Amino acid sequence: MSQFNVSNIFKAVVIGGSAGSFQGITKILANLPENFELPLILCLHRLKHVRNGFVEALSLKSVKPVTEPIDKESIRKGKVYLAPANYHMSLELGHSFSLSTEEMINNSRPAIDITLETAAYVFKEKLIGILLSGANRDGAMGMKKIKDRGGITIVQDPSDCMIDTMPRAAMELTKVDYVLNTQKIIDFLIELNKQYK
Amino acid sequence: MFDSQKVYSGSGNSPGHGSDKIQEVEIADLRKITQAVKNCYGYDFTEYAMSSFKRRIQRILELYKLPTVDHLIKKIETEKAFFEEFLPEITVNVTEMFRDPSFWREVRDHIIPNILLNHETFSIWHAGCSSGEEVFSMAILLKEMGILDKVNIIASDIDKPILSKAEKGEYIIKNMELNEKNYIRFQGTSTLKNYYEEKNGKAVMDQSLIKKVSFRNYDLVRGGVFNKFDLILCRNVMIYFNQNLQNSVLKKLHESLFKYGYLAIGSKESLIWCEIANKFIVVNNEEKIYKKIKE
Ligand SMILES: C[S@@+](CC[C@H](N)C(=O)[O-])C[C@H]1O[C@@H](n2cnc3c(N)ncnc32)[C@H](O)[C@@H]1O
Repeated sequence: MSQFNVSNIFKAVVIGGSAGSFQGITKILANLPENFELPLILCLHRLKHVRNGFVEALSLKSVKPVTEPIDKESIRKGKVYLAPANYHMSLELGHSFSLSTEEMINNSRPAIDITLETAAYVFKEKLIGILLSGANRDGAMGMKKIKDRGGITIVQDPSDCMIDTMPRAAMELTKVDYVLNTQKIIDFLIELNKQYK
Repeated sequence: MFDSQKVYSGSGNSPGHGSDKIQEVEIADLRKITQAVKNCYGYDFTEYAMSSFKRRIQRILELYKLPTVDHLIKKIETEKAFFEEFLPEITVNVTEMFRDPSFWREVRDHIIPNILLNHETFSIWHAGCSSGEEVFSMAILLKEMGILDKVNIIASDIDKPILSKAEKGEYIIKNMELNEKNYIRFQGTSTLKNYYEEKNGKAVMDQSLIKKVSFRNYDLVRGGVFNKFDLILCRNVMIYFNQNLQNSVLKKLHESLFKYGYLAIGSKESLIWCEIANKFIVVNNEEKIYKKIKE
């Protein structure tokens, strides 16, 4: 009866988004089950030199508070994390975050590829990667890494995107598991969460 | 240290660097590299944070078109000149002037006035100063407060080439746009243009700003305590270390501070999970400025 092939093996969800993803991500955060089990790790392109405001904007309608991790902070169940402005955000094997000011990648810092790729490395097949609207190719390589390591990949349906370059780039690079509109992504997360109850 | 697990770079593309070569860097490889570096040159990268260290290695493999990690190790072991290029590549030197303008405002409006309550002159250490933007920011701030000549500044970094860049104080003009924006948000009393001249497409900083700064090649991992300071800036340096190394470096920084001296770390770093956190109090949590309260 399930419309998605999910189980309770997953340990984390990572979401990448760029231009045109704000609406989608806000909707997802607003419709997340209150008892959502997994850490939700967001890497969204944002103004590099505006430190404040974005977390607040995202938290406004979110079911859960959104926080920016401090360097070496542990990744905890049920929390929503956002890559801070002007830092790349990596995951480390001991399930903590590392921040870095390395060169921009794909013209971005934070770069989605870095968060996705390190998450894939740490969580392997126990990871779900979601890539939303965006005007460049950041995140495509990260999605491939998630897929290569056995995780589940979801892109926002290009027809549902304000700008579909990003999800399309991922679809070109790897065989993504699901192409879903925002509402379906929410359904997916709700269904996923049921596996843990 | 690194887990005994495989580091996979799949098709060999480290993010964004679109090479097609197949390269696979394993944790065992990273260990071999850090061991070779340690044996040959003494530098110790074994406790650097794995995620960024691995990316640096992948980047170097691509930069020098080295097909395997063993080629890299061979080069490290046999070519001293290569190692000198390798060192600044392995570290991350990206920096800007007045990074986090609100931090600099806090330093100007509260931290330094507080130090001046009890001291005529005082000392500052920039630990991990990179190409010097942070040092020039401080010098400009002090000059605008009219106290530049009252302050002793030491600026140090592990990389020699990056230190000589700092001493030269010549920056790519393009970067000045961002620096200028930061300066404006810092709300300085002048304009950044008053502190540099354009020459041959470079921004050449006013050397008088740093005439009292002493630059030192210093490795935070291996170096001992060499002086005491009223204010230490160690921003965006410890993020490249694992927690263990952060702890031991922090102990050194603590020892290098006078009692009631200030420590400033990067805006996304924290002392809360360090062993000696109780020897500091938080002065400004948003800007990550701490004060040493116990020896
Ligand atoms: C990202 S830069 C930070 C520059 C500046 N403090 C800022 O916040 O913009 C990091 C610097 O730390 C230096 N570094 C890395 N490891 C070090 C070590 N073991 N000892 C001293 N400096 C180190 C690097 O060479 C680099 O210049």
